[in-house]
Formats: sequence, C-alpha cells, structure tokens
Amino acid sequence: MKPNQNKLLKLIINGIFFIISFLALFPIISLFISSFRPSSILMREGISLTFDPSTLNLDNYLYIFTEGGVYWQWYTNSLIISLLVIVLSLFFSSMVGYALAVYDFRGRNFFFILVLFIIMIPFEIMMLPLYQMMISFQLINSYTAVILPMIVAPIAVFFFRQYALGLPRELMDSARIDGATEYGIFFRIMMPLMLPSFAAMAILQGLGSWNNFLWPLIVLRSNDMFTLPIGLATLLTPYGNNYDLLIAGSVMTILPILVLFIFFQRYFVEGLTVGGVKG
Amino acid sequence: MTSTSANAKKDPVNGAQASKPRRRKQPEGPKSNRNKGPNQPNKVLRFFNSKKVAPYIFIAPFIISFLVLTLYPAIQAIIMSFQSILPGQVNFIGLENYERITNPTFYKALTNTTIYVILTVAILVAFPILLSVFLNSRLVKYKTFFRASLFIPALASVIVSGMVFRLMFGETDTAAANQFLGWFGIGPLEWRYERWSAMFLMVFLTSWRWMGVNILYYLAALQNIPKELYEAADIDGATPIQKFLFVTLPFLKPITIFVTTISIINGFRMFEESFVFWESGSPGNIGLTVVGYLYQQGIQQNDMGFGAAVGVVLMLIIFVISFIQLILTGAFKRGDE
Repeated sequence: MKPNQNKLLKLIINGIFFIISFLALFPIISLFISSFRPSSILMREGISLTFDPSTLNLDNYLYIFTEGGVYWQWYTNSLIISLLVIVLSLFFSSMVGYALAVYDFRGRNFFFILVLFIIMIPFEIMMLPLYQMMISFQLINSYTAVILPMIVAPIAVFFFRQYALGLPRELMDSARIDGATEYGIFFRIMMPLMLPSFAAMAILQGLGSWNNFLWPLIVLRSNDMFTLPIGLATLLTPYGNNYDLLIAGSVMTILPILVLFIFFQRYFVEGLTVGGVKG
Repeated sequence: MTSTSANAKKDPVNGAQASKPRRRKQPEGPKSNRNKGPNQPNKVLRFFNSKKVAPYIFIAPFIISFLVLTLYPAIQAIIMSFQSILPGQVNFIGLENYERITNPTFYKALTNTTIYVILTVAILVAFPILLSVFLNSRLVKYKTFFRASLFIPALASVIVSGMVFRLMFGETDTAAANQFLGWFGIGPLEWRYERWSAMFLMVFLTSWRWMGVNILYYLAALQNIPKELYEAADIDGATPIQKFLFVTLPFLKPITIFVTTISIINGFRMFEESFVFWESGSPGNIGLTVVGYLYQQGIQQNDMGFGAAVGVVLMLIIFVISFIQLILTGAFKRGDE
C-alpha cells in the first residue's frame, strides 16, 4: 500500500517539475522555432502555440548574414566591450581582492566594508553625474564610456577576496626569501593559483556586460556604436519591418551563451550565484 | 660601474635579494655621484616593494575607482538635486526639485515599483523554497535536468526574453497567451494595455528569469542542514510537514534574508523589464517605474537636477527599507555575537 502511494506521489511531483521546466524553456524554444518563421507573420500574429510547419524557412538567417551589416557591427561592439570588461575588471578586481585577503594593513577592514557597501548602492543613483562626467571628458559614444564604470567590480572584489583567503600564505614567505617582489608573488605565483575563481567571474562580468542595457543606452548615441541589447531594442517598434533581423538576431545573441553554458555549467552557476548581480 | 648597472637591472625582478650585496658594496665608497643615479630608483623600488606599501598599490585601482566613479558621482548627485541645470547655466534652487517630485506621475511610478517589488519578492522567495526542497528530496528524478532548465532563463538578456514575451503576449488572438486562454473561452486580452496585466507581464518576466538562480541559492543552503537533525526528527515521529516547518525553514532564514535584500534592491532598480514592453512610454503610465521616471526626466527631458532628485529619493527609499528589513530580521544582532 505505502510503496504504491509513494510511487504516485513521485509521479505527480516529477510531472509538476516537467511542466515547470517546460514553462522555463518554452520562451527560448519558441524563440528558436519562430526564427525560422516568416517575419511578416510573426509581426502580425505574434508567437503562436500552433504553427504551420510548411512555412518554416531560413529567410531570416539568409537576411541577417547577407544584409544584416549593422547587426554584425553591434555584435562586434558587444564582443569588444565584453572582452575588455572581462580582462580589465578581472585584472583589477583580483588585485584588490587578493590584497584584502593576504595582507594585514591599516584600513583593510575599512576597505572591505566599503566594498560590501558599494555592492548595495544602486548604480542608477550615480548615473546622471557619471553621464555629465562622460560629456565633459568627451567620451560620449565611445567604448571607454561604457567600460569605465565596470572596471573595478565590487562584487568580483568580494569573490576574489573570499577565494584568496584560502591561498597558502607560506608560499608568499618562501617566495620572498627567494627574492620575489610582492608583485612577482601575485602575478607569478598567486594569480595562477586563483585561476579557478577567474572562470566564474569572467562569466559573471562577461554576461553582465553582454546583457547590460541602461548605461550603454545613455552613453551610446550612434547606430554603429550600439551594443546588441540597445540595437535589438531599436528594432522593437510596432511599425518596424525589421522583425527578421530582430528574431534571428536574438537567437544569434543567446546562442553563444547557451553553448558556453553547456560546457561550463559549473562556472555559470558559481558566477551567477555569487551575489545576485543583475544579469 | 658595470656591476652596479647589472644590479640595478636585476633589482626590479628580485629586489630583496639584490639589495643585500648593494648594502655591502656601499661602504667601499662610491667614487662619483653617478653611482647615486642607479641607487635612487632602487630605494624607490624597495619602498614600493615593502609589505607595508604593496597592499595599498594593489588596492589603488579600487580606491581610485571608488573616489572617481562612486563617491564623487554620489555627492554630485546630491548637489545636483538642489540645482536647476540648463546648458551653461547652473543655479541653486533649494528644495524646488524635491517639491516638484510630489506629483501624480512620480506617485504612479512609485506605486508601480512598490507593487512590483512586493510581488517579485513574494514569488521569488516562496516558490524557490518549495521547489528546492523537492529538488533536494529523493522524490525527484532528473535533478540535473530540472536545475539546468530552470537556470537557463537567467542567461538571456531582458531585451531578448522581453521581446519573446511581447510576441507571446500580443493583442491578437493568435498570440500564444491569448490562444491558450481561447481554449477556455476567455476572449483575447490586451496584455500590454491594462493595468493589472501590465504588472503581470513585468512580474512574470522577472520571476521567470530569476526563479532558477534563487532555487540554486536555496539548494546550496539546504546542503548545509545537518542530516542528523532529520534523523532525530524521524525518531521523534515528525511528519514531513513538521520537519519542513521546524527543521528546514529555520535553517533557510539567512539565505532568505539575503535573497529578499537583493530582490528588493533589484526590484527598485527595475527599468529594462518596463522598457522592453513599452519603450518610451506606457498608456497611462501603467508600466512606469522610478528608474524609468529618472531616465525620462533626467536623460530624455534633460532635466538633470530633477532627475538627480528622483535618484536621491530612490536611494533613501532603498536605504530605509534595507535598514528596516535588517533590523526586523535581526541581522545586526547576529553580527554582534
């Protein structure tokens, strides 16, 4: 009697989870399917639950690869900005986090609390003065303007600090005896040891910058400087006849991330759960 | 001379060791002032390489970025909120910006945002707790698949996922949501043009994106509950529900405080989820948020002083709520222990 009841319960719960998983994946799946449907129908009817399989074709992709020049410009911009953000923010944030973890110096606790405090301050509050600053430095419509506020990421500093706390400090002393400088110790010995933490932060920062919206929307002005989210958002007009670019472009935007996710699932999970940073 | 310059070249690489032979050399007497040349940078190097100075150089990027990109803009935002800022003409106007904030549009934005925060916090705490408890139990198979598929929505940007939602919740009876309702005989809804459904769209989009991430937070917290507690509860004859209420839930309190805090902060910062559905403006401002209002006034209307005042009010709201929440949940008490 009881095992049977248990089996039924299991069946129901697993069934519920299948439904929930389906709901979670449904928008992504329907995005993929819709990208093979005629954009004119999509614009008129929206994404439907039912569709005529005979209408599926590759037109949207043909269009994006032949005439989607501006789209690939956005793609390049997003790639460059994301790569720069990853490299710069990981470099600086790891330095700061490392120092906060391994050195005893005056103000260490103060700076650590400051890092935690800054995580809590919403960026939107600093936005207008930063925007003014970018105007006065004539950085509007440049990569620099987009990247600058992301260079030292407090959340990454926090993560690196936690990770560096576990580094073997004896290594530092023996390296000093061998005549290594403090900077040599960091770059040649400790940074390689911290590499596992870099993967998670690269994903956090990369994804954050790939999907970043409000700040680039403010500082980027011309169509050829837009990043992917900004560019795609300009196609979101009800009168637009650009739905072919919009839908195929959206697929091409999330496809590389999904592929990376399949291979580096662990680091995605680590990176995105470090502190609930907006993706 | 040659040996000195060789030493100087070596110094940046292994300073500490190289400095020792140098000290021994000095009593031999530098014959000319030229010897002091390479000596000077060596002192500088030793200074920068000392254990007292190095940490400050390591954290210098943070200090600079904090001063230039956080502290200065934060102070400037407060100053700007007392100014009227026109091109080439900045005047202090006292509290005028704050007086202007008390207008129906801002109240609407604040009401919308508050309702949105309450709904998303409730949904993004309650459901992840329930789902993660089941995912952690022996009842569920294919855990990895469920976890991964619930996590995937967090990877897509708000713009891409919002665009898909917009097409699924279109006004026509052929759009997915209306099609579904049609099967139950409910007529096509104009999702983006009614107050309740506008809120529903924003809350649903956010809940859909963050559910998986929050489930992972709770799963991690569940791993930390000692198994012996459940065994002890079993011996005492506790029902599964009692075990959940009296063993599981108390252990989930810290992570719940964390999830609630970030959900509140992110909720008050919400902008994109509204922008993707209505771009510049929603009918009757049914989708307007506080940050949306800040963007509209500060950037689009170029009324930066007023926009800054909206930002300051937003900052105060977030601080007060976080503070109250931390006191209520006893987070400060734990810190003292």
